[in-house]
Amino acid sequence: MTNVQPILSARGLMKRYGQVVAMNGADFDLYPGEITAVIGDNGAGKSTLIKALSGAVVPDHGQIFLEGKEVHFKRPDDARNAGIETVYQNLALSPALSIADNMFLGREWRKPGLLGKVFRKMDHARMQDFARDKLNDLGLMTIQNINQAVETLSGGQRQGVAVARAAAFGSKVIILDEPTAALGVKESRRVLELIQDVRSRGIPIILISHNMPHVFELADRIHVHRLGQRLCVIDPKKHTMSDAVAYMTGAKEPDTELELA
Amino acid sequence: MSTQTEPKKPLNEFEAGLDKADKAVASFAQDDKTLTHVLRKFLRDYPTTIPALVLIMSVLFFGAFANNFMTPGTLSLVLKQVTVTGIVAVAQTLIILTAGIDLSVGAILVLSSIIMGKLSVDLGLPPFLAISIGLFFGGLMGWFNGILVTVIKLPPFIVTLGTLSIFTALKLWYSASQSIRGSDIRETAPSLLFFGERISFGGFQITYGVVALLVLAGLVYYMLNHTAWGRHVMAIGDDPDAAMLSGIRINRTLVSVYAFAGLICAFGGWAAAGRVGSISPIGFDDVNLQSITAVVIGGTSLFGGRGSVIGSVLGAIIVGVFTTGLSLGGVDDYWQQFAAGCLVLVAVALDQWLRRATK
Repeated sequence: MTNVQPILSARGLMKRYGQVVAMNGADFDLYPGEITAVIGDNGAGKSTLIKALSGAVVPDHGQIFLEGKEVHFKRPDDARNAGIETVYQNLALSPALSIADNMFLGREWRKPGLLGKVFRKMDHARMQDFARDKLNDLGLMTIQNINQAVETLSGGQRQGVAVARAAAFGSKVIILDEPTAALGVKESRRVLELIQDVRSRGIPIILISHNMPHVFELADRIHVHRLGQRLCVIDPKKHTMSDAVAYMTGAKEPDTELELA
Repeated sequence: MSTQTEPKKPLNEFEAGLDKADKAVASFAQDDKTLTHVLRKFLRDYPTTIPALVLIMSVLFFGAFANNFMTPGTLSLVLKQVTVTGIVAVAQTLIILTAGIDLSVGAILVLSSIIMGKLSVDLGLPPFLAISIGLFFGGLMGWFNGILVTVIKLPPFIVTLGTLSIFTALKLWYSASQSIRGSDIRETAPSLLFFGERISFGGFQITYGVVALLVLAGLVYYMLNHTAWGRHVMAIGDDPDAAMLSGIRINRTLVSVYAFAGLICAFGGWAAAGRVGSISPIGFDDVNLQSITAVVIGGTSLFGGRGSVIGSVLGAIIVGVFTTGLSLGGVDDYWQQFAAGCLVLVAVALDQWLRRATK
């Protein structure tokens, strides 16, 4: 397993916000085709780590490698252009814009030929078809109208749109920050199925969650984050949920060999 | 340490009942069919309907009750009167869509038109060049606003309040508080007054300024609805954080919006020269508030992200219809202002009502 090159990895990431140290030499590895869950207590620096990987935060020190090559993300669109899509906890959807507009926000398709080149006309029809197809693929197409404003959708539907957007464009890595936190039981189950569906297409996923049953159900590896660092990586098949919680809260120290897992 | 026996796909106990649950995820309850709901949905989907209806009703109302209102002459006059406000309202719409506000539009307009006038009349530059330089400075002033809003990160209200004073001072200094007379302009640079010339048909006298306003509104409508830039402007006003995380270059887009608005105001300065026939450093003082009034009556939300430029033009025309109609009806000036104030309040109340998506 250790011979496989990680698709996305980070070494020694540091980030300070004034006096607060959010990341203190954090490492991270994501392997091809796997779901790596990141767990940690509140304030452990999970979000900052994820934001560094998705370009929303520029770390003060440290390196990030995508497929072995070092990358420097200055903005979220740098990471997006590199094939890393992120579903943020607040979803980053624009409420007044339509589903199709939201899926293509920041990467609109233009009409071919003169209309697109000179007059910069967007290709609404083609974008709508694509958005409809992608939502269909994920079984989300009970939404009748692709031009409906996102604010008219329920929480679960919005989550579905955000996941569909990531799945449609994330060619290398998809990052999901608390995808089920705001959802009911049934809707959570649907989103978990979506995640498995995305994984089955071979796209590796980083999953941040506080929900241990979901983490243990989905993840191939669990990255335990504590005090701004990677504490250890555990295999969900060999550890219990209470082990994980104990590591994460500092109630128990992991065995030293685990850190290499 | 590991005592766990893992089934391949553990279905958590509390989820066991889910198999029997309804599998449909995103089905919609049929929309409530009561009249208010249907009406509200329609108005939310087509927000320009309201100003359009208000305009039609007010035209009919004044046509019935004010003498000489329903004549080609009066209607042309209304359009002519709203030309400058309408053009500035187009610029103001762009700014307000990003959840900003621009109080310096009037000062940019006047300063740009003074630049155009002074360069062509006093320095004898060819009008084409003078106008281009005036437009450039309008864009530059807008750009300066945009830089202050994005790089220094000051609230747009404060930025444009400051630049309003600065541009006002500059315009008084540069013009030495003196108007450029219409006769001088006609002699040296008649094309500065181009937008005051009119096309006549069947009693209607439409100035080129009115045509320019309509063309400009059409252009901005196209940019907002059919280009990626327009989507980004809307998204930034709607939720700047979401827009940033979606990969939109917020600062770049905002600066372009302010600069473009400045350019439109300078263009409005050119149209204003034609409308008045001369260039005065103290004219168009109230165009700031008038443009905001027009935008709000046109249904654009001051909170950003929602609205349309067509609505703003309609809003400007509605105000024009009210003031002209009331003065033809023999109503005093201050009641005209009173009516405009009521229109604004009703428009904002309506916007709030529409935005409450539930209940």
